Amino acid sequence: MSEAASPRPGALARAWDSDFLYSFRHSPVALIAALVLLAVVAGAVFSHWLAPHDPFDLASLSLLDSFKPPVFWGADADWAYPLGTDDQGRDLLSGIMYGTRISLLVGVLAIGFALTVGITVGLVAGYMGGAVDSLLMRMADVQLTFPAILIALLVDGVVRAVLPRAFHDKVELYVLVFAIGIARWPQFARTVRGSTLVERGREYVMAARVIGLTSSKIMVSHILPNVLGPVLVIATLNLGLAILDEATLSFLGVGLPPTQPSLGTLIRIGNDFLFSGEWWVTIFPGITLAVLVLSINLLGDWLRDALNPRLR
Amino acid sequence: MFAFIISRLLQAIPVLLVVGFISYAMFAFVGDPVSIMLGQDFTEAQRVQLVHQLGLDQPFFVQYAHYMWATLHGEFGISYRLARPVSDLILERLPATIELALTAAVLALLIGVPMGVYTGIRRNGVLARAFMIFSLVGVSLPTFLIGILLILVFAVVLGWLPSFGRGDVVHFSHWSTGFLTISGLRSLVLPAITLGMFQMTLIMRLVRSEMMEVLRSDYVKFARARGLSERVINFGHALKNTLVPVITIVGLQIGGLLGFSIVTETVFQWPGMGLLLVQSIGVADIPVMSAYLMLIALVFVGINLIVDLLYYAVDPRLRVDRRALTGAR
Amino acid sequence: MALLEVDRLTVEFPTRRGILRALDAVSFDIEVGEVLGVVGESGAGKSLTGAAIIGLLEPPGRIAGGQVRLDGMRIDNLSRDRMRPIRGRQIGAIFQDPLTTLNPLYAVGHQLVETMQAHLRLSDRDARERAVRWLEEVGIPAARQRIDAYPHEFSGGMRQRVVIALALCAEPRLVIADEPTTALDVSIQAQIITLLKRLAKDHGTSVMLVTHDMGVIAETADRVAVMYAGRICEIGPVRAVVKQPAHPYTEGLMGSIPSLEQRVERLRQIDGAMPRLNAIPRGCAFNPRCPKVFGRCRAERPELLAAGDTRAACWLYDAYSGGRASDV
Repeated sequence: MSEAASPRPGALARAWDSDFLYSFRHSPVALIAALVLLAVVAGAVFSHWLAPHDPFDLASLSLLDSFKPPVFWGADADWAYPLGTDDQGRDLLSGIMYGTRISLLVGVLAIGFALTVGITVGLVAGYMGGAVDSLLMRMADVQLTFPAILIALLVDGVVRAVLPRAFHDKVELYVLVFAIGIARWPQFARTVRGSTLVERGREYVMAARVIGLTSSKIMVSHILPNVLGPVLVIATLNLGLAILDEATLSFLGVGLPPTQPSLGTLIRIGNDFLFSGEWWVTIFPGITLAVLVLSINLLGDWLRDALNPRLR
Repeated sequence: MFAFIISRLLQAIPVLLVVGFISYAMFAFVGDPVSIMLGQDFTEAQRVQLVHQLGLDQPFFVQYAHYMWATLHGEFGISYRLARPVSDLILERLPATIELALTAAVLALLIGVPMGVYTGIRRNGVLARAFMIFSLVGVSLPTFLIGILLILVFAVVLGWLPSFGRGDVVHFSHWSTGFLTISGLRSLVLPAITLGMFQMTLIMRLVRSEMMEVLRSDYVKFARARGLSERVINFGHALKNTLVPVITIVGLQIGGLLGFSIVTETVFQWPGMGLLLVQSIGVADIPVMSAYLMLIALVFVGINLIVDLLYYAVDPRLRVDRRALTGAR
Repeated sequence: MALLEVDRLTVEFPTRRGILRALDAVSFDIEVGEVLGVVGESGAGKSLTGAAIIGLLEPPGRIAGGQVRLDGMRIDNLSRDRMRPIRGRQIGAIFQDPLTTLNPLYAVGHQLVETMQAHLRLSDRDARERAVRWLEEVGIPAARQRIDAYPHEFSGGMRQRVVIALALCAEPRLVIADEPTTALDVSIQAQIITLLKRLAKDHGTSVMLVTHDMGVIAETADRVAVMYAGRICEIGPVRAVVKQPAHPYTEGLMGSIPSLEQRVERLRQIDGAMPRLNAIPRGCAFNPRCPKVFGRCRAERPELLAAGDTRAACWLYDAYSGGRASDV
């Protein structure tokens, strides 16, 4: 979409001018975070090609290789498994790369879902106003009083009760996306509604109404671009939270099954061996998760400051 | 004041009704309670009797009314998994969760607020930057990972503190407390830190950004121009204004502790409601789930009320009704 | 010796595209009991001058040169702790928007008492008594009943009266009033100005009145400084500046004010706009808009020169430029 076509440069368009890139170039924290994130994401996305082993290839697993420590930890180590192996003899590094991919996938899809619902509700509520507005926002308020993780947990639990076991394991990834997404939409809806209320009163929207554009056209092509800035910040910060939600659910044992392990599943599996000394099985996936979320949060923080120059 | 409380309570009723409706819908439609409770072998007569007993043969809204009525009396049905009344199960576990959440909340507030004030005032100091990095790590580390790391260091490697359970407890009729025994207190340390960490960093970041916002305001500038001391400006003028938004969010966050206690309790095998819920979700024990939902809703209504009252105490603008008559023009 | 001496005061803002000079060698004095008006367009540096004097420049702004002296003592380089007793006690301040300058969470009496007790040795009872008297003096009706009222319980005009009481209650010798009426209803503006003028006279307080309203200046000030693009372009007795402005910019400014006495076909206006700080032209900053511009104006920056009863930063008044601009 052409930014120049909108009557007033949107927050997003304004941000992408030189100030934005300047602030990025001159923020070492943001740069490092972006590089780390890029590395982790690349390792995850291309895990099929990059990973030294295929953790799902049961034929290649040997119990003789189980609990190999990482290479810098004791004589028993094996360079074929740089970060060691788990109880099944699976290479931990490969497991982490595949696991990160699943974690990222769930997180991104969940936020995409929450964004879609949240933006739609927020635009409609803010633009329509009146009873529609109060009903939708009331719903958001009620839901916001519950912690997102609890909502996700309950939604997942209900779906678990409704679906047959075998089928459930197969679609668990989408169940998680739904559960986490539905737990996080109200924030987006509230932000979009707030901005929409402001934009609705501006002259350019009046003008668009006068020339007879339909409501949906005005909402999508005129108001939406102008509210995207704050939404982007919230989406970034919520992406980190969504990844944590997934990891938490999987850790609690109500998330992804061991046949389709995310970082959270790996940590849960490893947790059983913490006391017997095989710390690496849980610590390395844990570090990966922390680094991933930390770099997303750092970028989100920086993005918020960059879009809000008043805070500088 | 009294009218204020009443109106807040009235506003809470629809919320409770809606949550009750959802939890009832879960109870009634998810996972067919009848077949679960009857098990494998049953006669048609037994089934009909159970359906009648559970009131499932009545119109939906009658069932809903019954359910709400029973809920009001603390009856939440029978757990499928443990075959015991849900209310008993919850009562047994409630003290553990409340003591844990309370300790974590106090910890989060006592450390989070001063850190936030400090970093808000000395924005560019070395210590303030260190706090900020610490807080960002705190927000990014999932609760369960913090718990695992603490266990690894303080229980497995150093062997200083217990890694699971609640230690010895003392019973007072329905209440059991771990506050009064050494082993109870020792057991509380790691779970409380784990649970409080996220809230603490969140409170710190919130207080910091609010402080910075307020310190830029005209009235703080004017207070400087009046020659007031930095101490009075920072703590009298700035911090008090910071409190208004902080109270709201902190209130909600303290409520969020109950949600996160699910995770902490699982990591530390803490015998509270969170652990009960996780175990119940794993086997789709719907009565426990719906009872938990209702309970959390009640807690939140209570917290919201307290938040509103604190708000009322801090911000005179909400007290207009009392003074309006004395002649604001 | 003047009460306040501002000597070649320079304020800079470091930005990533270079240093912006927001005030450039601004000099003026304020005598005891005198009201100095400071006028100019927004962005000319009037408010900044006030903030720099009282030591409340917003970072990254900083004083890069010059001096500010109060009773002959430098105050521009004092530490925070040594500046604090001067603010409020020696130099008071009145801000533009009374809706945001009062702390909403404290009663007005509390704010008065804390200000007085920060500077004067007063018991709680005496301070409160004085607070009531101050509220009465600035014209708050039923002051004794209203002393424990909160700011939101007052109207905008009443709040500005409270702000004035706060600025004066520790009896400073100079008050910097930064656009004190701009945010108020037109009907209330005159009342506030009259009040300020009366209080300053009663207490022997000097006033630096920053405004863009030439009418307010004409009515209130003894002398007036006209600012343009971070410099003073003309300064002198208010009567002289209004009746016979020397600087072409001041002339233009006066021409744009409607007069009740003379009928004019239409108000004159100055073409163009004040340059941004990062694009101040060589020579006189006003030269691109000046109707009387000549060669030297584009090359050299003029200092304040004697021009009749006032002083103006304009080459027209330099003996060596050959007086009037004949060689355009």
